[in-house]
Amino acid sequence: MSTGSRVSTTSPRLRRSALPYLLLLPALLLELLIHLLPMVMGILMSFRRLTQFFIRDWSRAPWTGWANYELVLDVDRPVGEALLRSFLTTCLFTLLSVGLCWLLGTAAAVFMQESFRGRGLLRALFLVPYALPVYAAVITWAFMFQRDNGLVNHVLHDQLGLGGPEHTFWLLGDNSFWALLTVSVWKGWPFAFLIVTAALQNIPGELYEAAALDGAGIWQQIRRITLPSVGAVNQVLVLVLFLWTFNDFNTPFVLFGKSAPAAADLISLHIYQSSFVTWNFGAGSAMSVLLLLFLLLVTAGYLLVTSRGRRSRHV
Amino acid sequence: MRRTRAAAAAVTASLLAAAVTACGGGTADSGAGSNAAPKELTYWASNQGPDLAADQAVLGPELKKFEERTGIKVKLEVVPWSDLLNRILAATASGQGPDVLNIGNTWSSSLQATGALLPWNAENFAAIGGKDRFVESAIGSAGAAGQDPAAVPLYSMAYALYYNKKMFQEAGVAKPPATWDEMVTTGRLLSKDGKWALGAEGGNLSNNIHQVFVLAKQHGADFFDAAGRPTFDSPGAVDAVKQYVDLMAKDEIIAPGNAEYAQNQSLQDFANGKTAMVLWQSAASTFKSHGMKEGDWGVAPVPVPAGGAPGAGRGTNSMVAGINLAVFKNTDNIAGSLKFVQFMTSDEEQRILNKTYGSVPPVKAAQSDAAFATEDLTVLRTTLGTSAAPLPQVPQESQFETAVGTAVKELFADAAAGRPVTTESVKAKLGKAQQQMAS
Repeated sequence: MSTGSRVSTTSPRLRRSALPYLLLLPALLLELLIHLLPMVMGILMSFRRLTQFFIRDWSRAPWTGWANYELVLDVDRPVGEALLRSFLTTCLFTLLSVGLCWLLGTAAAVFMQESFRGRGLLRALFLVPYALPVYAAVITWAFMFQRDNGLVNHVLHDQLGLGGPEHTFWLLGDNSFWALLTVSVWKGWPFAFLIVTAALQNIPGELYEAAALDGAGIWQQIRRITLPSVGAVNQVLVLVLFLWTFNDFNTPFVLFGKSAPAAADLISLHIYQSSFVTWNFGAGSAMSVLLLLFLLLVTAGYLLVTSRGRRSRHV
Repeated sequence: MRRTRAAAAAVTASLLAAAVTACGGGTADSGAGSNAAPKELTYWASNQGPDLAADQAVLGPELKKFEERTGIKVKLEVVPWSDLLNRILAATASGQGPDVLNIGNTWSSSLQATGALLPWNAENFAAIGGKDRFVESAIGSAGAAGQDPAAVPLYSMAYALYYNKKMFQEAGVAKPPATWDEMVTTGRLLSKDGKWALGAEGGNLSNNIHQVFVLAKQHGADFFDAAGRPTFDSPGAVDAVKQYVDLMAKDEIIAPGNAEYAQNQSLQDFANGKTAMVLWQSAASTFKSHGMKEGDWGVAPVPVPAGGAPGAGRGTNSMVAGINLAVFKNTDNIAGSLKFVQFMTSDEEQRILNKTYGSVPPVKAAQSDAAFATEDLTVLRTTLGTSAAPLPQVPQESQFETAVGTAVKELFADAAAGRPVTTESVKAKLGKAQQQMAS
């Protein structure tokens, strides 16, 4: 019985200390299963010559060391050259898309702070692109961008008379970049709007009243109150938008199919296409690992800079 | 607390079980099939009709018939062409595929190389009535030479030239072009007033391959040498690709807008009287679904070089097109799968299905049916029998379709944008595609 009493005295303490870990365990296991395991498998695949001959059991694929990395990083050969071009295209695209999404979202959120008739309806309309299924929305854009029967050319050329009578190709050649950017911004800015709106609602109204009494104009209020108050939210927002846009696969895939024009060949689609064009899944995995490393580096750098900025402001 | 601990243990155990199962997925399919689930089958059908619903309407009653006869329920999924290859690949990698599936016959060797499909050896063929029941050219497109076929032919097709009789009459053209020179001269007569002579699917990689493969044969070239190495930028292949793209770039008988077509829009344009001709395989049912009536269109063999006639070698004017039926090696119902293939390739079902889809039965006995003696199908049958060649039966065939198909797509984009398409630019694109394959 004495044993029983000893257990009853130590076990609540033990239980208390073990409980958090026990509660975390399912999440940890799921994380391991969903993220870490495939990641490790992807890294292992990148060191193998994995083709259709070994797709049923990839562990039998011959080990090739760094050969896949040498192949995809050799910019003098077609595979490396195309990867570099796709990477640079994606960087420019991400920069423009995130910038425009943030700008539009913030401007709309500030504008919607003022109370006016129909504000609720307008806010709901703003959020429509965010609520629509991606596939349905992007396929609609694909129809609209069609050269001969699309709405975009109908409005631009036939109704507004811009660019002459000859219809423009939006889904082929260099213009495809702008078509893709349009869809990406259309799809992404409502998220920025939603997040900035939520952040703005946390700013006490008294701050603006006090500023107004002190004679601050609207621009000064935005610069001195609004933007600093939503700074922390903005940092997360920009990071999330960056990661989503850089990795976006659905938009170019639905818009262009499995082979996008060179001008709109975003890196996710490029990796998919490279893997499936050559069925060289080893090289595709190497590209994915490099992409992952790049995103990790950028994210870590960004977090370092922004947290330092926050710390220095607090000091 | 005891309950909490028990629940946590259960969650942990089930997660670990799931992890182990997921890890084991790759090896679970390594063995041959079993008969663990003898009363059901999953069947992935390729999209043959105008849309997925039409295919379900066609196949539904037939599968019901099979269920009544054998007691085996078939779960049908119609997969669009654009998704099919990737779906098969994913199923191969995970081991979680259907029991029976349709494959494009040109993919046979590529998919055979994965080792995921049941080989059709003498024993398996005996279970469905023997190999001799099938037309030889169709069996030739079911896997690499010297190996047991990876699939069984289901529907056979060939390319033909479909032309709009009314548009020809209005333009004063008496007969369809038989040579490429005639195609260009006739085409110029037809390309006017916003209407165009020929339709193309510049964004459809497979269609691009089919067209340039035939033209390459006509130039005495091929895209692979005898040892199976790619020869994409050989002079004959370059001439073939340039000739095809020049129909838009130089001859101006294909509308520039066709460069972005990939969803059979050219068939819609044909049915709506916007284009006068298309080079297509078994298009009759699609034309009817777009509102055309039998007799509105005529069918002729695909043109050949001047002075030639359809036949073998330089007279080749079609690839051997068609759909094969394959069984996943790791099926849980191998006996039922064989029964299902036997049912689908029976004389009776071959007549019903090929009649509906406007294709030619690869089963010899079914071909004799009067339904396959129409003008359309006579042209297709003759082409298949005398002047069609199978696409290269090499393991890299599907990569070739994507790599060269993309090169042709990009060249069409250049042509549509008014950028020059020269022998050098064609050679450069094909050379790049070849290097991608070799890497």
